[in-house]
Amino acid sequence: MSTATTTITPVMPAKHYLNDNYGIRSWLLTKDHKRIALLYLGSITFFFFMGGLFAALIRLELLTPAGDLFTSDTYNKLFSMHGINMVFFFLVPSIPATLGNFVLPIMLGAKDLAFPKINLLSWYIYIGAAFFSLAVMVSGGVDTGWTFYTPLSSGFLRTHVALMAVGIIFAGFSSIFTGLNFIVTVHRMRAPGLTWGRLPLFVWSNYATSLIMVLATPVLAITLILLAMERTFHIGVFDPRYGGDPVLFQHMFWFYSHPAVYIMILPGMGVISELITCFSRKRVFGYSFVAFSSIAIAVFGFLVWAHHMFVAGISQYSAMVFSLLSMAVAIPSAVKVFNWTATMYKGTVSLETPMLYALGFIGLFTIGGLTGVMLAALGMDVHLHDTYFVIAHFHYVMVGGMVSAYLGGLHFWWPKMTGRMYPEAPAKLAAIITFIGFNLTFFPQFILGYLGMPRRYHAYPEEFQVLNVLSSAGASVLAVAFVLPAIYFLWSLKYGQIAGDNPWKATGLEWQTSSPPPTHNFHEVPVVTAPPYNYGSDQEVTVVH
Amino acid sequence: MSTSQTTTTEHHPALAHQFDSMAQQQGASTFGMWVFLLTEIMMFGGLFAAYLIYRIKYYDAFVAGSTSISVSWGFANTLVLIASSFTMAMAVWSAHKGKRGPLVGFLIGTMILGAVFLGIKGKEYYDKYDECHIPGHVIGKGFNAWGGCSVNNPGLGNIADEIQQHAREAGVSVPEASAMQTARQTEIFFSFYFLMTGLHAFHMIIGMGLMTWLLLRSRRGDFGPQYYTPIELGGLYWHFVDIVWIYLFPLLYLISRHKGAI
Amino acid sequence: MAEHSHPGPKLYFIIFITLAFFTCATWAIAFADLGIFNPIVALAIACTKAVLVILFFMHVRYSDTLTKITITCGFFWLLILITLSLSDYLSRTLFTT
Repeated sequence: MSTATTTITPVMPAKHYLNDNYGIRSWLLTKDHKRIALLYLGSITFFFFMGGLFAALIRLELLTPAGDLFTSDTYNKLFSMHGINMVFFFLVPSIPATLGNFVLPIMLGAKDLAFPKINLLSWYIYIGAAFFSLAVMVSGGVDTGWTFYTPLSSGFLRTHVALMAVGIIFAGFSSIFTGLNFIVTVHRMRAPGLTWGRLPLFVWSNYATSLIMVLATPVLAITLILLAMERTFHIGVFDPRYGGDPVLFQHMFWFYSHPAVYIMILPGMGVISELITCFSRKRVFGYSFVAFSSIAIAVFGFLVWAHHMFVAGISQYSAMVFSLLSMAVAIPSAVKVFNWTATMYKGTVSLETPMLYALGFIGLFTIGGLTGVMLAALGMDVHLHDTYFVIAHFHYVMVGGMVSAYLGGLHFWWPKMTGRMYPEAPAKLAAIITFIGFNLTFFPQFILGYLGMPRRYHAYPEEFQVLNVLSSAGASVLAVAFVLPAIYFLWSLKYGQIAGDNPWKATGLEWQTSSPPPTHNFHEVPVVTAPPYNYGSDQEVTVVH
Repeated sequence: MSTSQTTTTEHHPALAHQFDSMAQQQGASTFGMWVFLLTEIMMFGGLFAAYLIYRIKYYDAFVAGSTSISVSWGFANTLVLIASSFTMAMAVWSAHKGKRGPLVGFLIGTMILGAVFLGIKGKEYYDKYDECHIPGHVIGKGFNAWGGCSVNNPGLGNIADEIQQHAREAGVSVPEASAMQTARQTEIFFSFYFLMTGLHAFHMIIGMGLMTWLLLRSRRGDFGPQYYTPIELGGLYWHFVDIVWIYLFPLLYLISRHKGAI
Repeated sequence: MAEHSHPGPKLYFIIFITLAFFTCATWAIAFADLGIFNPIVALAIACTKAVLVILFFMHVRYSDTLTKITITCGFFWLLILITLSLSDYLSRTLFTT
């Protein structure tokens, strides 16, 4: 059986990365990846609630069929701000910049990322960009949708398109630097004995995510630069009045934005791999398949972007090719879902909070993913494009999937980051309320979309009201579910039970060091000799010092 | 295996705390710069992709626009940049050999050539301003301006004239209205001309800043055979900017230069 | 990983002269009427020059496989962007009367 520790009461280590240095300068000028992760954690939480505020206003408006709460122009700004906040300032950085930053170097047995100063720079760029964009939002924002389609955005509208574009461009640079750091660290700073085949799947996922970040984000940058130039100098790039092509904007925009959705989901999948294996006490079924599926998603994700443009005027033949490729990209995701399920089969499943989120992910992501395949079918898409079906689809993968994974990962690694456990009962409650609130909010939207309710409309026909009211009710439940963790996590910082090194008895190098870890992560460089996820074998991970 | 980058028994002063050895640090830093250049390839690449699509769509206008920028200055600039890449490569070699004098000299040479490039670029931009070929109506005298340009080059008019003249030389007749239509479409060409060379020049200016910093550090004696990674990284960046220009020159200046092209 | 060997001034100078020669060549060829081959030749020469700079000035010839893969990925991904976008535009009037 496992050489588990005897029951000693866990103690906080005397010196760790949180109390190594005090003062605001030690935080704002830190090079420690763990502190930078916490800086990011605070920032993205703020912007998550910002985006949530806009969502609340949207759902409030949609309680009644008439557009009676806001004018249509204001409503356009609301959903644009909701999308921009959530995509660029929450989802894209979420897991990589918080959990990834914190845990990845420790999982690799490294003392820090390859370029700690660039890591800090990437946070500063993020904060600068995010608050700049917030200022733009407060002074009127944009009403183009987060997709900035031309010619609406290139000259037709009087809102702050160019400024917002600048904010997003810099947020993109922040994500490029994070990705660059991860790629170099994973290639060059693994501990002795840690071959690619022994890497935790969380590392594989973040590595694949970083590849996408580095390859796709620059194209968004140049697209938005061109848009900003066009608006400012009235040159013709995308505006038909000057001979430009609006479809070209969509090609360039979606070349980034489709891989971006994989930036947003892949780290979540990595977290789920870690959670499922730990809480099933069983090694991941088909480790290589899961690892390579991350790379496959990253690569294939670049070949499908025009499925957002099926009705925009692209050629039929192009549309058919992209439709086929879009079906193909679902396959690696399916591989993951099958392998997670197979991991749980005949495992010893325990239902702690992280596992609840992981199980929620598997169900909700599957629904989201399958509806994505439905949208990839050309005929279906003609009917469903720009309806609430699309909105429901991407919220199932982004919120039901990614946010669940993020919360699951946050609960899983909270003891490692803070040395304290969160309170289990409220946490389980929050997980269940999340699941209920989420489905109540977004399942009716599938039906609404199928029945033909268009997206981005603040007024709708009477017959859609019941479903909209259900959706808005669900949103209020979901809001409660998201506020609960904010409260009890903060509570746990002072009153949470001391966690000890490895409260979950998990494998992985991060659990072999203290909670919280020392500033340099390990007291001695670990050497890895065992395969990953060595659950259920005669001994737990052997770490030779 | 080069012996210039292995660790000695004590830590080299330039060894950062997260790395175990100078070799690991050098390997990681160089790889990091390559990944950064990867992002630059994609950023310029987006511009190149858009350019290609418009070149196909507005081929005649692109030809007309290309013939109205000076191929001689473009050619000169290409040689200047290639020479600066040569001096940069020599600077890296000097650092590797520990020769501080030549290192400083070659860095200064690179900077001088970079400045020459930017100077020529400035002259070209000024010519475009003078001829009222700056797209949009925010900077300069405006693309459609008839008055206010130099007497011999009345904005669009000279492009339209050239189009008609080339057509005549090819034995084809092009009516004035059609020539003017094509001339108006050259605004897109000039948009891309300024965007692509502008983004490139912006990277050159940043490169000049990098060179200045490297120059100061070299004169201070920071580099030797054991450690010259920043020079190497600066070199990679500089060569990349050169490569972008190597593609920009034929794509912008050499579209159909032969006589009789419409 | 450190480089395995370092080219010397002589090799650099040869590469420089070669690059200058190709530049003159592409400039001169541009004035000849090769029809459809003008842009093809121009791009081919540009690619040759780029490869020379990459292999020798940027030391890729002497670098490890990872560097080589990184550069290849860069150009390959750019090709994805260009080819798939272009295929939309070029196929719009395909097979129509």
